[in-house]
Amino acid sequence: MSARIELRTAPHVKSPRTVETIMRTVVLSLLPICLFFIYQYGISAAASILVVTGACLVAERASTRAGGQSGDIGDWSATITGLLLALSLPPGFPLWMGAIAGLVAIFLGKSIFGGLGRNVFNPALVGRAFVQAAFPTAIASYTPSFLPGRFGEFIPSSLALPFMQPPATDAWVKAMQIDAIASATPLSQFKFEGVVAGFDQLLTSLGGHLAVGPSPLLILACGLFLAYRRYLDWRIPVAVLGSAVVLGWALHAFDPVRFADPGFVLLSGGLMLGAIYMATDMATSPVTPKGALLYGALIGVLTVVIRDFSGLPEGVMYAILIANAAAPLIERVTQPTPFGRGPSSKVRRATYPLTPSYISREEHHAVVPEKGSFKPKVNQ
Amino acid sequence: MSLDKAKNLDEFMEGIWRQNPVFVMALGMCPTLAVTVSAINALSMGVATTFVLVCSCLLVSLLRKVVPKEVRIATYIVIIATFVTVVDYAIQAISLTLYEALGAFIQLIVVNCVILGRAEAHSSKVPPLPAMINAAGMGVGFTIGLLALGTVREIFGNGTLFGISLFGESFQPWVIMVLPPGGFFVLGGWLMFFAWWAKRKEGSKAVPAEGHQHA
Repeated sequence: MSARIELRTAPHVKSPRTVETIMRTVVLSLLPICLFFIYQYGISAAASILVVTGACLVAERASTRAGGQSGDIGDWSATITGLLLALSLPPGFPLWMGAIAGLVAIFLGKSIFGGLGRNVFNPALVGRAFVQAAFPTAIASYTPSFLPGRFGEFIPSSLALPFMQPPATDAWVKAMQIDAIASATPLSQFKFEGVVAGFDQLLTSLGGHLAVGPSPLLILACGLFLAYRRYLDWRIPVAVLGSAVVLGWALHAFDPVRFADPGFVLLSGGLMLGAIYMATDMATSPVTPKGALLYGALIGVLTVVIRDFSGLPEGVMYAILIANAAAPLIERVTQPTPFGRGPSSKVRRATYPLTPSYISREEHHAVVPEKGSFKPKVNQ
Repeated sequence: MSLDKAKNLDEFMEGIWRQNPVFVMALGMCPTLAVTVSAINALSMGVATTFVLVCSCLLVSLLRKVVPKEVRIATYIVIIATFVTVVDYAIQAISLTLYEALGAFIQLIVVNCVILGRAEAHSSKVPPLPAMINAAGMGVGFTIGLLALGTVREIFGNGTLFGISLFGESFQPWVIMVLPPGGFFVLGGWLMFFAWWAKRKEGSKAVPAEGHQHA
């Protein structure tokens, strides 16, 4: 009785981990964050999450049915897109606009490129960028969190009729008898009024009626779980948050009045959610270790630059989209050296002489590409 | 005689469907994307371009045996520029607001590749009548293309069509549609739609129609 021998090439040991299990775990890790969001803003937030995620699933199903796409709604990736998109929108965002954001996210951000794993940009952020450009006032109008009666009543702007303007929420908020709290995010309060929110309030999202998303502490905890289980590359969030803190600290030391302290930079806006859940999207971030660090640092620096030197209060979205575009280049310049091909062993550098027909034989030897720009592929 | 008519019709339809300047040849993209913010802008741009196209092609065709080969492009440009100047003054006289809305793009009709392309590739080789018919077809096709973009962008970006409000006061305009990205999105959407339609048409026939070429 001889053992059955199979002859096959590496890899020989495979993890049982599939796209579905990874995506399902990420969805599970997002659930506490979604629950906290609903706890903050009541049924409006719940409706927003449902509608946006539903729109993403509908779009995914439609485009996979139309053919030519990889993936389907069973792999949970569209669910992640929907949940992240809903979390990045204001809770009182009109539901019809949320549905458009979801449809655009999947059709324009994902299906056009060929579906799961082929998208160039993070689909959730493509959807958000579209509605940011289409409906700039609606996406900037936040309402205070922890309002009384938030579980029995919708934020009025949520229920705007399709294609109609949402009603202004100012009078509605005033009727709630909440004083001294403006319906503005801490970031826009800082940008336009110079008010810095407290550190512990920002950390837990629990202080008063701050118009903020779920607690950064909670997002960090969920991110740590994912990083511990190796569902995300820890280098990316570390590089994003680290570079943002370092640049924020340097700017704050330079001019404490104009630039916020690093703690505020770290905890305000969508930086935590973006760094942990959006920047780490597997299809749109570099796979090389050095590349991941470089990519994260690019996002952190761009975020601080956009926040401090542009007209926008928040810049995480654009920072991640720009870094997504740069990811293939970053991957290319950070290719690791194969074992045994270190700098000590002399790699024969391939040259590619340009010999088009119009260059004479005497000339063409003179034309060689500049050395050191890109390493040649040595394993070919 | 009927054969001639059929041929003329075919010549005319070529610009509208088989070689539509916007959706098939993707020529003249500058005005296509820039002035299609509203339907009226798109229509007037299309009409202006059609006028220049038909007149220039007629003249180019008439002069086809006179113009030396070496200076033909320069001659075409001078001919086109003449008619563009005519259109420029005409629009200025008809409506100053429209003139300001279209801006530099009226003068830029001179460098519209549809016109130079027609003059070089078609009118300079055929007699005046087919040249004019072909040019008119191209012009109408171009106008249809611009209108297709302009109506969608105006409906979404402003809630109106030719300035008439469609959805009442509380319509929420999609700002992105009147911005440059909106032009690209709508153009992409139409290209997708026509590609799908052409594919479906091709699929329904067992054998592709004779003479069907992709430009």
